[in-house]
Amino acid sequence: MAITVPRPKLNWRERLYLPAIVAGLAITIKHFKNMLLGRTKVTMQYPEQKWDSSMPDHYRGAPALVRDADGRVRCVACQLCEFICPPRAIKIVPGEIPSTDRFAKVEKYPEEFDIDMIRCIFCGMCEEVCPEQAIFLRKDYAITGFTRADMVHHKEKLLEIGGVMHGVVLKWNEKK
Amino acid sequence: MDPFFIITSLLKIVGILFVVILPMVSYAVYAERKVSAAIQDRLGPNRVGPAGLFQPIADMFKLLLKEDFTPRNVNTFYYWLAPCLAVMPAIITIAVVPFGSTLFGVPMVIADVNVGILFVFAIASLGVYGIVIGGWASNSKYPFLGGIRSSSQMLSYELSLGLAVIPVFLLVGNLRLTSVVRYQIEHGWFIAPFVGDWMNPWKWVLAVPMIISFLVFMIAIFAETNRLPFDLPEAEQELAGGYNTEYSSMKFALFFLGEYAAMITGSAVIVTLFFGGWHFPGIPDGSRGWIFGVINIAVFFAKVAIMIFIFMWVRWTLPRFRYDQLMRLGWLFFFEIALVNIFVAAWILAYFPSS
Repeated sequence: MAITVPRPKLNWRERLYLPAIVAGLAITIKHFKNMLLGRTKVTMQYPEQKWDSSMPDHYRGAPALVRDADGRVRCVACQLCEFICPPRAIKIVPGEIPSTDRFAKVEKYPEEFDIDMIRCIFCGMCEEVCPEQAIFLRKDYAITGFTRADMVHHKEKLLEIGGVMHGVVLKWNEKK
Repeated sequence: MDPFFIITSLLKIVGILFVVILPMVSYAVYAERKVSAAIQDRLGPNRVGPAGLFQPIADMFKLLLKEDFTPRNVNTFYYWLAPCLAVMPAIITIAVVPFGSTLFGVPMVIADVNVGILFVFAIASLGVYGIVIGGWASNSKYPFLGGIRSSSQMLSYELSLGLAVIPVFLLVGNLRLTSVVRYQIEHGWFIAPFVGDWMNPWKWVLAVPMIISFLVFMIAIFAETNRLPFDLPEAEQELAGGYNTEYSSMKFALFFLGEYAAMITGSAVIVTLFFGGWHFPGIPDGSRGWIFGVINIAVFFAKVAIMIFIFMWVRWTLPRFRYDQLMRLGWLFFFEIALVNIFVAAWILAYFPSS
């Protein structure tokens, strides 16, 4: 069924089009003038201005490993994060802590801990699943690199991002 | 030919081409981006240099260093010829436009020929060949459509372009562009012939055909330079870029520069015909001292810059015409308006004797 679309009847002023053109030119010159006078609000100029200061505490940026107050890497290489990681970005090679070590009763530590930041989707599941509160999503979001290899965060890089976390996990103290 | 004439002509050609027109073309691109940004509430290029001022240089290097790809099935000779043909006419036309009074006694026009405006029309019409040949030689459907559109559009608007300026030359009685400027200095600019002679009623009457003439001429120049609202040949949405779709690297850039050079030349012609050329009320010409000669040149290019801004302002306001609307407008309105306008101007001139 064909539908006849009603066309609006234009009066002579509208059919002349000139008033509409002049009105359009007036609108554009108003925007131009406001921009020149600095009255127009423009978007944040990213590399110079950043929104870091207004970022919430629960922001999910790049994942990072933390040390505890004693300087020990909190991760015990349980590999739960490796299993939960949806894009399989995490790769852990566990190592054994020698019995002479101060923290011998921890038994395991990550020999290698790689997070492929090309794969990471910043979902935060590693942080949620970690029983040791060893991995956190921090506020770094501008992760860049020139090669694919650059984009893999190794253990050192992760610890550098993470820093030291004073926290509630005290079960590995010698005294306990 | 005395050597003085040859040397000054060469200096003028080199000066106007490399010191004024080519930088103006590249900075017109920059201005276009800045103006469009301001109109759309954006900032525009602001990364390269202070306020993005080196952006044209960066663009030039980018375009020069890009791969110059030639598709396999093009007609190579014409494919190469077209970008050159697109730039050349626009630059040649500037030769007859007086861009200043005199500087150290040398007239500031490259070639003061007595066919002035006819030369402008003759050469400016060649601009269509660059687009048509480029569209045809690309051996591809979209560029072909762009070229076809361009040729019919140019044909339609060339008529009103030529007819619109006839009232100007009815007054001047001479096709030489320098005498057009000279006449306007003595009798007031053609856009406002009553200035300086406020009590004379026939000059007020004369202003009507002059303003109509100016509007028709400017709209026809919009169409000639393929600027929006008449950029049918390069309608991105319909033709995937139009006549320059198959071009890359510097050949594409030449089409681009040709458009802007045509815009500058068009503005220069409009300024010469209707806005008094290099004349500004109260400023004497170059015979009173070289400083005034320089000021006259500056005034001319300031006027051209204002015209270019109007080109941009219109471009970022109006949407593109549909093709039948374009043809209807050209043949049924501007042609008739320009034709009637000639008779009105002639009637005024016949019944109100000039002072």
